[in-house]
Amino acid sequence: MPKDAGDAKLLFQSLNKAYAATPTNLKIIDLYVVFAMATALVQVAYMGVVGSFPFNSFLSSVLSCIGSAVLAVCLRIQVNKDNKEFKDLPPERAFADFVLCNLVLHLVIMNFLG
Amino acid sequence: MAEPVANAAAPAPAPGRLRNAFGGVLCAFTLILIGVLAFSIRLFSVIKYESVIHEFDPYFNFRVTQFLSKNGIYEFWNWFDDRTWYPLGRVIGGTVYPGLTLTAGSIWWFVNALNIPLSVETVCVFTAPIFSAIASWATYLLTKEAKGTGAGLMAAAILAMVPSYISRSVAGSYDNEAVAIFALVFTFYLYVKTLNTGSLFYATLNALSYFYMVCSWGGYTFIINLIPMHVLLCIVTGRYSSRLYIAYAPLVILGTLLAALVPVVGFNAVLTSEHFASFLVFIILHVVAFVYYIKGLLTPRLFKMAMTLVITVGLAVCFAVVAILVALVASSPTKGWSGRSLSLLDPTYASKYIPIIASVSEHQPPTWPSYFMDINVLAFLVPAGIISCFLPLSDASSFMVLYLVTAVYFSGVMVRLMLVLAPAACILSGIALSSAFDVLTRSMKFQLSKLFDDGPAISGNGSPNGSSASTVNTSSSKNEKTEKSEAAPKEKQSKKNRRKDKEVTESVSVKPKKEKRLSVLPLEASIVSTLLLIALGGFYVVHCVWAAAEAYSAPSIVLTSRSREGLHVFDDFREAYAWLSHNTDVDDKVASWWDYGYQTTAMANRTVIVDNNTWNNTHIATVGTAMSSPEKAAWEIFDSLDVKYVLVVFGGLVGYPSDDINKFLWMVRIGGGEFPHIKEPDYLRDGQYRVDAQATPTMLNCLMYKLCYYRFVETDGKGFDRVRGYEIGKKHFKLTHFEEVFTTHHWMVRIYKLKPQKNRIRGKLKKLKSQSSKTSSTLAAGRKKNPWQ
Repeated sequence: MPKDAGDAKLLFQSLNKAYAATPTNLKIIDLYVVFAMATALVQVAYMGVVGSFPFNSFLSSVLSCIGSAVLAVCLRIQVNKDNKEFKDLPPERAFADFVLCNLVLHLVIMNFLG
Repeated sequence: MAEPVANAAAPAPAPGRLRNAFGGVLCAFTLILIGVLAFSIRLFSVIKYESVIHEFDPYFNFRVTQFLSKNGIYEFWNWFDDRTWYPLGRVIGGTVYPGLTLTAGSIWWFVNALNIPLSVETVCVFTAPIFSAIASWATYLLTKEAKGTGAGLMAAAILAMVPSYISRSVAGSYDNEAVAIFALVFTFYLYVKTLNTGSLFYATLNALSYFYMVCSWGGYTFIINLIPMHVLLCIVTGRYSSRLYIAYAPLVILGTLLAALVPVVGFNAVLTSEHFASFLVFIILHVVAFVYYIKGLLTPRLFKMAMTLVITVGLAVCFAVVAILVALVASSPTKGWSGRSLSLLDPTYASKYIPIIASVSEHQPPTWPSYFMDINVLAFLVPAGIISCFLPLSDASSFMVLYLVTAVYFSGVMVRLMLVLAPAACILSGIALSSAFDVLTRSMKFQLSKLFDDGPAISGNGSPNGSSASTVNTSSSKNEKTEKSEAAPKEKQSKKNRRKDKEVTESVSVKPKKEKRLSVLPLEASIVSTLLLIALGGFYVVHCVWAAAEAYSAPSIVLTSRSREGLHVFDDFREAYAWLSHNTDVDDKVASWWDYGYQTTAMANRTVIVDNNTWNNTHIATVGTAMSSPEKAAWEIFDSLDVKYVLVVFGGLVGYPSDDINKFLWMVRIGGGEFPHIKEPDYLRDGQYRVDAQATPTMLNCLMYKLCYYRFVETDGKGFDRVRGYEIGKKHFKLTHFEEVFTTHHWMVRIYKLKPQKNRIRGKLKKLKSQSSKTSSTLAAGRKKNPWQ
C-alpha cells in the first residue's frame, strides 16, 4: 500500500538522519558488532554445508563471535555520552573491563576449540 | 539501613569519619565472629564421635579426592574406574562434578606445600565448615547489595546457624552441597552487584563464579533458570535498563561456554531444555534493547509508525520460528528435559516412570513439621521480609523475592531442596529483622531525645509543642503521632502489624533533608518489642544448636544408643568393611544393594557391582532380581557377574530400621521393572508386606530373607525381629548355595560367600555315564552345561 511504503521510506530516512548524528567512536563499535555477527552467520552457513562435527569447534566459534558482539555492545553502552547512568564512568575503565572480559572469553574459547 | 552518619556529618566532618571507621571495624569484627560461629556449630559430630566421613556419597567424593591427591590432575581427569559397576566400569572423569574434589585437593596441596602435614581425610572432613563460614560472608555481601549493612550482618548471622544448611554441611559431610551453596550465593551476589553498578568487570566475575557453581553441583540449573526469569520480570515490569543488559548478556555467552567446558555437562549446555530459558530470554532481551535504542533515535510519532510496521512483519516470523522450535522439542519423548528435572516440575513423574528416583528418601516431599525443624523462626519472618522488600522495590529486592518464591516451590517438591530455600529465607528474615530493629531503635531515639529536650513533664505519648530543640519535621510528625496514638499498638502485638504501621507512617511522612524521618512508636512499646525480638532470636539460636547437636550430627556409619549401662556404640559397618579388606582377595567382587557401594569401594577397597551413582537401571535391576529370587536362581545370576561375596544389612537383632528387609520392596519393584517374572504381589500377603508365618512362600524362599535370617533363631530361641516387631516365619533352614563367612557383632552386616560348583553330582552317576559321550560332544561343540540342573 502506497501509504505504508511512503511511511516506510520516511521512517528509514529519519532513522538514517538520526543515526548519522551519533559520534564516530560509537559508529566504529557498531561496525565491529556488525562484522562479528556477519562472521557468525558465515560460520553457521558453513556448518549447514559441511555438517556440525566436531560440535565443540562449531559451538566455540559461533559463541566467540556472538560473545565479541555482545561485549562490544556493552562497551558502547558504557562509553555512550548520552547514557545518564554511566556519566561517572571514565571510558578508559570501560575499555579496560572490555579487554578483560574479552581475554576471559577467548581463553575459554581456545580451551574449548579442541 | 545505612549508618546514622548523616546526623553527625553536617556539623563536623571528623566525628563522622571516625564513626564511619568505627562502624567499618565493628562490621568486620562481627563478620569474623559470624565465620567462627558457622565453623564451630558444625563440629558437634567431630566432638561426639570422631573426625570421620559421614553417610554414603561423601565416601565416594573422599575416594576420588584420595585418587586426585595421589595421582595428580591429569590422571583424575581421564580416570576410568574399574572397581565399580562390574563389569561395566565407570568413567569418573566424565560423570563427576569436579568442583568439590578440586577444591579440597587444592586446599590439601596448598597446606602441604606450606609443610603443614594435614591428611586428605582431615581436609575433606573440614572443608564443609570452612565453606559454610565463607558462605555466610557471601550472604552478608548479597544482602548488603539489597538492603544495606545491618540487614547483611543479620542475614549472615542467621545463615551461619540455620539447621537446613547445617544438615548438609557438618564436619564430615563431604558432599557437593558443601561448596555449592557458597557458589550459589556468591554468584547471586555478583549478579546483583553487576545489576546495581553496571560494571563489566563484575559481569566477568559473575560468569567465573557461575562456572565454579557448574563444576560443583547439578543444581546449577536453578541459577541459569532463575536469572532469566528475573530479567524477564524486570522487562515486564518496565525496569529495563542498560545495566540489565550488561548483567545478563555476557553471563549467557560466557556461562554457556564455561558450562560446556565441564565434562559432566558438555553439550547439554546447549541441547537440553534446562538451558533453553536462558537463550529465549537472551533473544527477548536483545529485541527489547533494540526497541529502546530505536525509540531513543526517533520521534514518538515516527516510532509509533515503526512499531506498527515491525509488529505485522515480526509476528509472522516469530510464529514460524516458535513453531519450528516447539516441533523440535516435542519430538523427543521427555521434551528435552532430563529425568531429574522432570521429576521436579511434575512431582508425580518419578513415581510413575523412574522408581529409582522415587525410592530415595531425600526425594520425597517434605512434611509441614520439617519446615519448622529446618528453618524454624524464619518461616514466619520471611513474609515480613517480602513486604520489606517492596518498600522500596529495587532490582535487587525483586530478585530476592523471586528467588524465595521459586525456592519455596521446589522445596515443596523435594525435601533435599530445602537447602536451596535456606539462603533465601535467611536473607529475607535478615531484611525483616533489620527493618524492624531500625523502626524500633529510631522511635526509641526520637522518644528519648524528646524526653530529654522537653523536660520530665512530657511523657512519651504527649504531643510536642514549643520545643525549640526538636527536629525539623515536628509538625508532620505531630500529625503522624496523633494517628499513631489512635492506632497505637499494644505491647504484645505481632510483628506484621508493626510492619503495617510503618507503612502507614511512610506513606504519610515527608522526608526531611537534614535528618532521617524518625518513626514514632511509643517508648514502652518499642522497648518491649525490641526485647521480644531479641528473645525470638534467642529461641532460634537455642533450636539451631540443639538441631546441630542432636539431629544432624550423626555420621550414619557409627550408631549410638543410650541404655541403662550408658552409651552403646554400634560400629558394625566399619567392622564388616575391615573384615572384607583383610580377609578377601583384592580382585574379589562384592554384591550388595546399591546403598553400600560407595562405602564398600572406599573403605573395603573391593570391586562392587552397583553403587550409589545409580546410572544403570538394568544393572541395579539385575541385583534386585537376584535378591528376590530363590537361592539357585540367585546363585546363577551372581555367578554370571563373577560375584564372590554377598553383603546384606540386617537390623532385626538391635532394632536398626534402615536395613535391607525394609528396603526389600524397592528391590522387588526395581527388579520387576526390568524382569517381568518378579511380581510385587507375590511378596505381599493381602497387600501387606510381612515376613512372619503369614508371609507368602515366595517371600520366605527369596535370597534376601534367607541371608538375613539364617541362624537368627539361635539368638533368642524364638526369632523375634525387633524392627518388624514379630517372630519370623521360617526359622530353621539351611543354605544350599551360599555359606556364611562373617556376621558382625550386632548382626548388622552379614557377609556370605558363593559356594563353588560341585565337582560331581551324587545320584546321577549312572545316567551321566551313558550320557557322558553325548555330554562331551556337546561340550566340545562349545555349549556350556549348567551342572546344577
